[in-house]
Amino acid sequence: MSTPVAAGTLSASSPAAPRVLARRWRRRLAALGESTPATVGIVIVLAWVVLAVLAPLIAPYPPNANDLAALAHTTPSKAHWLGTDHLGRDLLSRVLWGARPVLVIAPLAVLGAAALGSLLGLSAGYFGRWIDLTVTRACDIVLSFPVIILYMIILAHVGSSAWNIIGVLTLTKAPIIARIVRGMTLDLREREYVAAAKMRGESAFYIMLVEILPNARGPLVVDMCLRTGYNVIIIGALGFLGIGLPPPDPDWGGMVKDTYGMMMVWPHMALVPCAAISSLVVGFNLLAVGLRELGLRD
Amino acid sequence: MKRFLVKHLLFLLLTLLAVSFLVFTLNEFSPGAVARKVLGAYATQEQVDLLTKQMGLDRPVLVRYVDYLGALASGDLGYSARFKAPVKGVIFKHLANTALLAAIAFACIVPLSTLLGVVAGMREASRLDRAILMFSTVIASIPEFALGVFLASVFVVWLGWLPGTATLVAGGGWSVAAQLVLPVTVIVLFDSGYVVSMIRASMVEVMQRPYIRTAVLKGLPFRAVILRHALRNAMLTPVTVIMLQINYLIAGVVVVETVFAYPGFGRMMLEATLFKDIALIEAGALVAVFLAVVTNILGDLAYMLLDPRIRA
Repeated sequence: MSTPVAAGTLSASSPAAPRVLARRWRRRLAALGESTPATVGIVIVLAWVVLAVLAPLIAPYPPNANDLAALAHTTPSKAHWLGTDHLGRDLLSRVLWGARPVLVIAPLAVLGAAALGSLLGLSAGYFGRWIDLTVTRACDIVLSFPVIILYMIILAHVGSSAWNIIGVLTLTKAPIIARIVRGMTLDLREREYVAAAKMRGESAFYIMLVEILPNARGPLVVDMCLRTGYNVIIIGALGFLGIGLPPPDPDWGGMVKDTYGMMMVWPHMALVPCAAISSLVVGFNLLAVGLRELGLRD
Repeated sequence: MKRFLVKHLLFLLLTLLAVSFLVFTLNEFSPGAVARKVLGAYATQEQVDLLTKQMGLDRPVLVRYVDYLGALASGDLGYSARFKAPVKGVIFKHLANTALLAAIAFACIVPLSTLLGVVAGMREASRLDRAILMFSTVIASIPEFALGVFLASVFVVWLGWLPGTATLVAGGGWSVAAQLVLPVTVIVLFDSGYVVSMIRASMVEVMQRPYIRTAVLKGLPFRAVILRHALRNAMLTPVTVIMLQINYLIAGVVVVETVFAYPGFGRMMLEATLFKDIALIEAGALVAVFLAVVTNILGDLAYMLLDPRIRA
């Protein structure tokens, strides 16, 4: 990654030809390979993405099929590699299918939060005055609320569905992104290329989106990576508390909720989904650590 | 100083008002719903209508909101349908339990993460730094319920050293102290991961300052450089972060409390929302926000006391 200013002038002024773009991406991927945490992180995340996409093909059983014969011994066996849960459902198949909702909801919510947060942060930082004051205060209020309690109250009222979870996650994460973007906008709006754009008579909207935002993307990308990991944790926690995705389709947190009471007898039922969700979050967070290192190095 | 306090107290009041209004309107979205929620699904329509009239729920939302504020101001928080007791007592009891958990966890988190963060950050990119950074990243990545399940499967199921629930009622041969070990460990591990990385980052930044180089060049022993010059400056930024953890420890530990069946504030809120216990939800939300904003103010105050530049 080059310095923000140089990167910005490149992408803002010269329309890059596809081949140049491809070369730039290859260089970036090569740079990622230099950082061990980033490599490990990207391997874990990609592995889960592949498993989730291929779940219908590689899962040995349908996720909600009960194998009543297996209930006699639910522990791992030849027929069920990771064992079955208390209803005789194959744990391997459920864990594979359970990766799908998480890997859609968590990134979508982050994208939503990034879009809303950037818009708020850019307008607050660029226009200043009462817009800044209103946005900052509103963000402070949302941020002062303990989020998990906010989720409980809202989801208990509007009901829990994938879209509602995306909505709450977007609304509660946007203020954090808005803060970061606002801080960077305050700094960037004093730069020469912003002054130049103003002289050219560009609209405020153009200046914010084309001149300022691309230069704020470095820290933003690292933060979005971290947020995705946190979102995975929260989706799991909501499922565990019984206010997550509705059953019976597999959801990692919900699988733990259903089975952790039987840990004294069958610990594997809760351990398998716990291992799955932990590994995915570790992947996202290692990727974030790696990206930050790469950003700081040069 | 006076201006600081006035400004923050005004913000506290504004936040409480905004939150109380939001929660109130959310809860009472439809006029008949509150009475239905209180009486349950099996009550007849006449009973619901009667209660609606008795509670004055047929009046407009705004009028009822003002009434509600008046009752709050006089200290009347209402009656909990779930716990069959006045809300004030219910909240107080559960809050005290959570405060116990939070206090023990906080007493472990602060020294532990300060030590790890400072040791890691004083020599950036050293082997020890990498190890601590990796450890804290991985630990902070494991969801609390998963951490609870992992620890319980080792210490409860496999070794049998500790109880798997912390109901605070001594029984089954386990003392209350033994019951607290696992919940506290889960909270400390999960939360330290985050605090360590904040302190480390701050320490790394301080170590690059000119006054540290001066201290090293004038021949001070490394120990003295760290303890006398770096530590105080490195703790400036994380102090706010550490104070914010109190907020998490009190309201955010609902997952840990649920894992170990701990009778705390978070689990009380979960039960209240699942049971649609309106009075308890509203009062609980206000208490949570109050605590959050107050710890925020305390964090700013601590920052001011540590940094002579913004005292005045």
